[in-house]
Formats: sequence, C-alpha cells, structure tokens
Amino acid sequence: MKDMIRFEINGRPVSLDVDPERMLLWILRTELGLTGTKYGCGEGICGACTVLVDGEAVRSCQYPMKDVHAKKLTTIEGLAADGRLHPLQEAFVRHNVMQCGFCTSGMILTAYSLLRKNPQPTREGIILAMDDNFCRCGGYMRIIEAIETAAQEMKKGARR
Amino acid sequence: MKRREFMKLAGGGVFVFFTIGEPRDWLEGQQRAGGRDYPTDFNAYLRIAEDGKVTGFSGKAELGQGTQTALAQIAAEELDVALDRVDIIMGDTALCPWDMGTFGSRSIKYFGPALRQAAAEARAVLIELASEHLKLPVAQLATKDGLVQEKANPQNRVSYGALAKGKMIERHIDPKPPVKPPSEYAIVGNPADRKDSVLKATGKAQYAGDIRLPGMLYARILRPPAHGAKLKTIDLSGAERTEGVRIIQDGDMVAVLHRSSDLAERALSKIKAEWDVPEATVDDETIYEHLVKVAPAGDVIEEKGNLEEGRKLATSVFEETYFTPYVAHAPVEPHTAAVKIEGGSATVWASTQRPFGLQEEVAQALGLAVEKVRVITPFVGGGFGGKNRNRQTVEAALLAKLAGAPVQVAWNRSEEFFYDTFQPAAVVKIVSGLDAVNKLVLWDYVIFFGGERTSQPFYDIPHYRILSRGSWGRGGAGAHPFEVGAWRAPGSNTNTFARESHMDAMAAKAGLDALEFRLLNLKDERMKKVLQAAAEKFGWKPGKAPSGRGVGLACVNYLNTYVATMAEVAVEKSGTIKVKRVVCAQDMGRVINPDGARAQIEGCITMGLGYCLSEEIHFRGGAIQDRNFDTYEIPRFSWLPKIETILVDNPGLEPQGGGEPPIVNMGAVVADAVFDATGARLYRLPITAARLKAALAPR
Ligand code: FES
Ligand code: FES
Repeated sequence: MKDMIRFEINGRPVSLDVDPERMLLWILRTELGLTGTKYGCGEGICGACTVLVDGEAVRSCQYPMKDVHAKKLTTIEGLAADGRLHPLQEAFVRHNVMQCGFCTSGMILTAYSLLRKNPQPTREGIILAMDDNFCRCGGYMRIIEAIETAAQEMKKGARR
Repeated sequence: MKRREFMKLAGGGVFVFFTIGEPRDWLEGQQRAGGRDYPTDFNAYLRIAEDGKVTGFSGKAELGQGTQTALAQIAAEELDVALDRVDIIMGDTALCPWDMGTFGSRSIKYFGPALRQAAAEARAVLIELASEHLKLPVAQLATKDGLVQEKANPQNRVSYGALAKGKMIERHIDPKPPVKPPSEYAIVGNPADRKDSVLKATGKAQYAGDIRLPGMLYARILRPPAHGAKLKTIDLSGAERTEGVRIIQDGDMVAVLHRSSDLAERALSKIKAEWDVPEATVDDETIYEHLVKVAPAGDVIEEKGNLEEGRKLATSVFEETYFTPYVAHAPVEPHTAAVKIEGGSATVWASTQRPFGLQEEVAQALGLAVEKVRVITPFVGGGFGGKNRNRQTVEAALLAKLAGAPVQVAWNRSEEFFYDTFQPAAVVKIVSGLDAVNKLVLWDYVIFFGGERTSQPFYDIPHYRILSRGSWGRGGAGAHPFEVGAWRAPGSNTNTFARESHMDAMAAKAGLDALEFRLLNLKDERMKKVLQAAAEKFGWKPGKAPSGRGVGLACVNYLNTYVATMAEVAVEKSGTIKVKRVVCAQDMGRVINPDGARAQIEGCITMGLGYCLSEEIHFRGGAIQDRNFDTYEIPRFSWLPKIETILVDNPGLEPQGGGEPPIVNMGAVVADAVFDATGARLYRLPITAARLKAALAPR
C-alpha cells in the first residue's frame, strides 16, 4: 500500500510514492537524506526529532506520512536562508549552547515554533514550551538564554 | 599504520611526532589495548599545510565536552597562529595516533601538554626553516600570526605555509624547545567559540547514524526479554513476507535487514519468538543485600594509623550505610555504527569513546589484522562512559560480512537501556568518630562494588582505612545481573554521596555548622579555598541543621580538580524536591577555555540532578523494566536551578580535568539540603518524592 504524497520541504516540492503509515522521521533521514533530524526515543518523549509542519513544531517520529500531504515542512537544514543563520541559530552559537549537539535541531525548531506564536516569551513561558525537549548534556540554562537573545534580536527587526 | 603511509594520507607539510607522557597511575586498572604498547608509540601529530592551515590529530573523541576547541586553542597559542586557522581531527584510527580512550576528564590534562610541546617544537622547526630561507640567524627571528619575521624588520618575513610548501620534513629539536610561559598567553585562558557550533546548529554535523553508504542496509536485531534468556522457538514467516527484507541468522543473532530502518523494524516485530528466561533472584529492592552478601574480602585502598586507636580516641561514634542504584548513561544518541567491508578491509563509523579499542574488537570479530580496520569517529551524541562499550559496532561488522553489504546498526531507546553498562549499584558503610573537640579521629570506610575513585579522605583524619569490596570494573560473576561500567566520574558519585552525607550527619549531631565542621577537619588549603569561594558567592550563613532553610554543601577532590558545591532546595508537601539554586566553585588549575569549563560545570550540575532525584534502573533479574524516558526520567527544563559557577584562579597548576568533577557533589549536596529543609536524611539515591514522603511520615 503506497500513496503518492506531495509536499514541500525547505522550499522544494517533493512527491514520494510511499507507505502513508510510515513515520516522517524515517523518510526524512533515509529517503530524503536529511539527517539533521535525529532519533532519540521514537515515542514522542524527547523532542530530538522535531520538525516544522506549516510552522508548527511536530515530533516526526510520531507523524505519519499521510498527514504530510500538501504541507510545508521545514527541517533544521532549511532554517538558514540565503546563507545566513536564523537568529535562533546565531544565538545558539553565540551562547556556546551545543555540547554533543544531538538535541540541538529539535531545540531550535521547538523554539522557532514558540517564538512564532509568542515573540516575547517570559522565562517561564520558554521553560513551559521547551519542557518536553531533553538535553542529556544539561545545556538547558544556555538554551533558555539563547532563546531570549534570539527573541530580542528578532524584535529589533532582524530577519523573520 | 606505517608512518610513511600516514604521510601519504595526510599530504605534505611539516610534521612533528611526539610521545605523550601519560603517567601509568591513571590507567587505574584499565586494560591496556591488547598488544599495543603504551605509551611508547608516537601519540599526536601536527600538520602545517601549504595554505598555512594547521591540523592537529588526536585519538580522543568529541563527545560534547568541547575538547576539540580547547585543543585547537592550545595548538594555536603555542604556534602563534589564529584560532580559526587550526583544525583538530579526532578519533580516526588511520590518521590519529593511538589513544586509550576518552574518559576520566583527561583529554586536556594529559593530551594537552603533549600537544603543546609538539606545537612548540613545530614552531622551532619553522623558525629554523625560516632562518635558512631568509638567511638570518634564528636569534633575529620571531613568530607572529602564522609568519616568521625578522625582529628588526617585520616586513622581511615568510609564512608558515610557504615554509611547509611541498616538503615533508621530519625534524626534531634537541633539547626540546621551551613552551610559552602562561603569562604570555593570548588565546589560551580566553573564552573561545566552539569550533563545532555552526555545524551543530545547522544540522550539518554528522553522527554515526548520518553516514549514508551506497547499498547500505539497516539492521534490526531480535533481542531477548532479559539478560541470560535463551531462544526456545522462533517463527520467521511473518517477517519473511515483508517486501525487500533480508533475514540473517547466525548462531544466537537474528537480524532483519532492509533499505529503510523503520521497515526493518516493522518486519522484526512480526517475528514470533519464545524464550527461556532464568528465574529472577534479585531486583532493584533486594540488590543491596545481595551485593553485601556476595562481596569478596576486598582490598585496602588506603590506610593510616590504626582503627582501634581511633575508636579509643572517639567520644562519639557514627555508623551509617548508604545506597546508590544502577544508573543509565542515556545519551540522546543511542549506540550506532555503520560498517563497510571491501577488499579485505573494513571501515567503521561508530559512536564510540574508544576508537582504538574498537578497532581491535572489530578486527577480532572479523578475523582481520588490526591495520585492516579503520575506525572513524564522527561527532558523538553524548557518551558519559556508556560509549566505552561498542557492542553495536561488532554487530554491524558481523552483519556487513554476512550480508556482503554495508550495514548500519542503530539501537533504539529500548536497546539502549537494555544493553547499557550501568553505573553499578553500590553500598557504602561508614563508621566514624569524633573526639571531644569535634575533630575526626576515626574513619572506617567500606565500599561494596562502587569503585574506589575519590574514596580516599581529604579530611585530616589520624586513623582511617578504606576498604573496597568488589570494584566497578570487575564486579565478578554473580554480583550484577547485567553489565556495569564507567559512568561520568565512575565511583565518585557514590563515594561522595556517602562521605559528604556522613560529614553532614556528623556536623548536625555535633550541633555544628556544616561548613565550619568541614573547615575544622581540613588541612588541605585548596579545599578550604574552594569552600570559601562557594560560601561567599552563595552567602552561606552558619547554622545548625536542620534549620528549615534547605541549604546544603558538599566538596570533592576529583583527580586533582577541587570542587565545592552549595545548594538550596524547597520541599513540597508531596515530597517533591525543587532544587532552586546551585553554586559551584572549581579549582581545575589553569583554565584553557573558561566559557567551555563553565558550560561543563552547568552541564554536570544539570545532569547530576537526575541521579539525585529520579534516575534508577528498575529490574527483575536480567529483565530491565525501563525501556524509555517515560519511566526513566532524566532532568528537564523545569528542573533547572539557578546555577552560578566560580573558576577559582590557580594559574600555577597545569590544567586539570573538567568534564566530570562537578557532577560528583550533586547527590550529597541535595541530600544535605533536604535534611536541612526537613530533618529527614535519605541514605539512598535517588531521593524520590515517595521516599522522602515516607521518611517524613510520623512513625
Ligand atoms: S525521537 Fe521523536 S520525540 Fe524522541
Ligand atoms: S547537547 Fe547533548 S543532548 Fe543536548
């Protein structure tokens, strides 16, 4: 049972003849070679596999291909536009957030989704929105600070 | 690999070969890699390419601790080149010199000086070459920013790149040229942005699971329900019907291979298997009694004076027992490997902390000579000791051989919990004594299966004995129902929880302030200094516990890095503990990258909250009941306390380790703060809400 599924990923149209019950994570990582999206738990708990579907953070390990049809997807590879880092990426770099970096793409995209809905979140708001993303290296403090910096930069009229 | 072959691989340039002088004592019972002599082999290289770029090679792995950046700082400083001109290649057995592995907070402490010496020698070689090129005596030349120039006329100069061009020179300077005095440092000691940040922020950083090879198959392997279980019957028919699937059975291993890993998984789930599961004799409640029962007589790790004498001097005696459970490493990246075998050689990409040890394991598994196996270590998504073991890589290697195609094995979370080599469950019994003026006179310390690291007292005690019964590396048959291993700061989390809890209990019973009591029993000036630094930042106010304020402290000397930690907690009615604030003062000698060191401290504190508050493997016999993060809870954003770090200046001491030390105080600092808040002392980790509530219930 395969269906032709059409969607857009990082600005490029894609059509795939694929089993609609398969989870997006594996299609991204294998069929599409977009390996910036990571597996951490496979059960929707850790957030490592987070991607954006129409600007909303979703857990790609729990997101079947049938729900992808006609949607616009963004993965970490598609966040920097025109060779320029997104303010969130810049802030993550500036705050030296990354240790092992395995949680990072999920963190950045979850934060993106938060800032889209709430451009000036409080610290509590950030913690609440990010609480289901895990960083085993314990980088939470710097991640919060980076999100705050990015929010300020974006308010000042930086891109997006 | 022969040196000449290496040169071919790495291209032209100036090479400096040097020997790393790692002292034998820090081998600490680790097996030396079979047959490879240590430390006689050349252990690191530097290359200066034609374009002036510098590449350093290190057999360590970048697990997230920032070693790559700190090593680049060291090389850049000593060579006088800009930091962004230096790259460090890590963990590639074909390019990098042999190394024991990445653990024990030793990458900077031991590899760093060797790299520094090599860079100093490279710089001296470059000056010699420039002197020939510019026809000027060496004494009239100086280096600056990748150039050698005439001191009197800086316009008369030649670049490192131009000097290295097209040449392959191996020179040694004898005697070894001096290294820069730290007072001249411009790069080392200053915060540096991590070299891997942009790659990691853009998803371009490659981990073992991101390697894509033509024709690669993803393997999922049938797993037993418990350690020690034996396969009784198997029905593969469901799996065989899946399109595109290959099933490989080899002895006990049954694997399903497919071009897509989720479809391999789907096919695997259709296999019907029955298992003989041995009867469980221990579980997470009875394990402690079991360990004490089966413990060998043990070894005396350190002793002084005479325990009987100490007993006679004591006017009050304190006897307590402390318990710490099996704890998982739980890196976000599970164990992963890809293996390609071609023309009698194997190439391995693995999430490993021990590339060279793994090279030997794979060679053995495949029946190949060691030099026919190349291990490449891409970025590793966290290790914490768990990736010292590499079962997944051997599985991938065997399957690649059997399948005749490249194979990736990436464990899922359940396999990661099942095959993890946990921090061992352990028991510590302490009998201690104080004299009439509250000075320690007796310390009789027995640790069962926890390992001895940091068990040696740094307090001033005339009569003590440290007895270790069953070490973490060598549990012995029948001790643990599954494998155990090194967990971030092995042994020390248990030993420090016991020692510092016990110190706190004594202070409370003696009616003394916890800090005052420690200072009274300390002669070690470095320890006093970190304690005072932490106290000042924290605003420690003397008091008798339990004071209701919920403050605690703990300190440790972890392999010559000194750490004092103070914390404040709030306890809710439900027993839930909220750690509100943690202050940590660390003396790690000279600091290479202060911001990196602080990040490691913050990470240790945050990760350490897990083993204090929630982390504990649940099991019955060989059946691991935790299969994912739903039952095995790790720290999350909402647990984050306010963290303040202090790097206590000690420029006269060579750099010490920083990736582990701050985690070891976490158990005791929280237990002590909980006691101060509630009057209940918890002798067993983790301090869950249920346990604390039970301890608080009126008897
Ligand atoms: S891998 Fe999807 S949430 Fe963990
Ligand atoms: S940086 Fe390692 S898990 Fe977050």
